[in-house]
Amino acid sequence: MAETTPNPTGPGTGARIEITGLTKRFLTPKGEPFTAIQDVTFTVQPGEFVAIVGPTGCGKSTTLGQVSGLDRPSAGSVTVGGRPVDGVTAGVSFMFQADALFPWKTVLGNVMIGPSLHGMSKRSAVELARAWLRRVGLAGFEDRYPHQLSGGMRKRVSMAAALINEPRILLMDEPFGALDVQTKAIMQTELLSLWDQLRPSVLFITHDLDEAVALADRVLIMTSGPGTIKRSFAIDLPRPRGEVQEIRHEAHFLELENEIWATLKDEVERAYAQTASAA
Amino acid sequence: MSTAIVGSAAFAEAGDPGAALREAARRARRRRTGLLWLCRVLVPVVVLGSWQWLTEIGVVDKFFFGQPSGVWQSLVDLFTQGTAFGSIWTNLGVTVTEAVYGFLLGMASGIVLGLLLGQNRFLSDVLSPYIKLLNSIPRIILGSIFIVAFGLGTFPKMLLAAVLVFFIVFFNAFQGVREVDPNLVANVKVLGASPMQVARHVTIPSALTWIIASLHTAFGFAIIGALVAEVLGAQHGIGLIITQAQGQFDMDTVFASMLLVGVVTLIAEFVLSLVERRLLSWRPPSRSESQPT
Repeated sequence: MAETTPNPTGPGTGARIEITGLTKRFLTPKGEPFTAIQDVTFTVQPGEFVAIVGPTGCGKSTTLGQVSGLDRPSAGSVTVGGRPVDGVTAGVSFMFQADALFPWKTVLGNVMIGPSLHGMSKRSAVELARAWLRRVGLAGFEDRYPHQLSGGMRKRVSMAAALINEPRILLMDEPFGALDVQTKAIMQTELLSLWDQLRPSVLFITHDLDEAVALADRVLIMTSGPGTIKRSFAIDLPRPRGEVQEIRHEAHFLELENEIWATLKDEVERAYAQTASAA
Repeated sequence: MSTAIVGSAAFAEAGDPGAALREAARRARRRRTGLLWLCRVLVPVVVLGSWQWLTEIGVVDKFFFGQPSGVWQSLVDLFTQGTAFGSIWTNLGVTVTEAVYGFLLGMASGIVLGLLLGQNRFLSDVLSPYIKLLNSIPRIILGSIFIVAFGLGTFPKMLLAAVLVFFIVFFNAFQGVREVDPNLVANVKVLGASPMQVARHVTIPSALTWIIASLHTAFGFAIIGALVAEVLGAQHGIGLIITQAQGQFDMDTVFASMLLVGVVTLIAEFVLSLVERRLLSWRPPSRSESQPT
């Protein structure tokens, strides 16, 4: 099978994600059926960084929920590393827009939650967490509580907490959406360098086309109502990409962005027209 | 007022605007603190003074309404001569013991049931109409039942206090569990947490904020439960002293007892605040907490 072949993109531990004909239907609170995503099919190669871009409410987050195994599909299937997802997928880490940090745990406690849930002894968990905090530049902040940190620092903690288990898959749901522009760029650069070291497969959801092109190997455009994958764009910017702020000005970057925006624009306008007429 | 402004201006001219600013802030703070305490002292002086004065000149009858000096005298009597039911310390001890045990019992059962029902939606849907029903009963009446059933000892008092405490703590624990951040739960689940681990790392710590906030009110209710049950029938306790005094139209002793119970509640409040500060040290200081108390 595919997962036994060596990872072509590097020495990493990423798992292949295969999504086939994925459909999710809900009942709205009024009791009407609503199709959030329909017939979504795509594959994430081991160690690949895939960004999903689409208008609001097109089912991007729903797709992530299916991959993590927190949610069940209505039809279709998700396999991770060749194994169909039933129940919570092992080796997955999540990062949300809101920092899912425990306000009652210190920075150190927040980072070591992953290893301790996996049954690691407290001493090694503390050691590992300290090492990861050094890695994200937060050495010396071990005993702070989340509310004492800035937004960017909290993101670093989330990042360390998500990566400490060396996940095979990293699911990111607009992780930097709430940050200011400068902090965002710094965090993106940092994410790229950490991803380069660990090489998990990444599914990265964002509204921000700039961000998607700067980070990903591939950008998927999702349409709304019901959500499906409209097109896939390969981003052939060379890696390592270095500073995210700088590649934004490269000619090829702008070229790719313009090309994708032409596709995305229709979708955004259509989605906007739908919500406007519904309101 | 004007001297303060001149003073700070002089500081600014001296070349250190920071020091001048600090000095001005310090003055403003000191002035405010002084005024604050003056007004604080004035409130009881005015209230107690007018009470004393009005009863003295006979506008208000001190036979029915007592008198501050009389309240003081009966306080002194309570401590020096004791009561018909033993020394004041014995009686105070009985009431406090009943309240504390009732508080602990009600708190423990409230927390356990609140956490349980908060996490289990089906169970809570099954039981919620009955809990609402029980909650709508005037629970003070249970005091009569408990006293008939369990006699004049301390047990029925404790039970009534526990019942009053239970509902407050229960609803808060329940709500606390319901308010848990779903992102946090999803996060630890993805990391492979078992239901027990979710409870230990997310649900219980998150509900603790609500539970602890409820304990202040709950202790007040424990005292009320103990007192009411004592009024309904007892051999010792402040509630008994109060009914006795009421029967003899001795309003001064009623007020004195009220004061004693108030002091006990204040002490309990202080202890609970310490516990709260210890357990919730992770919380950002909120506006209400940063106010001087």
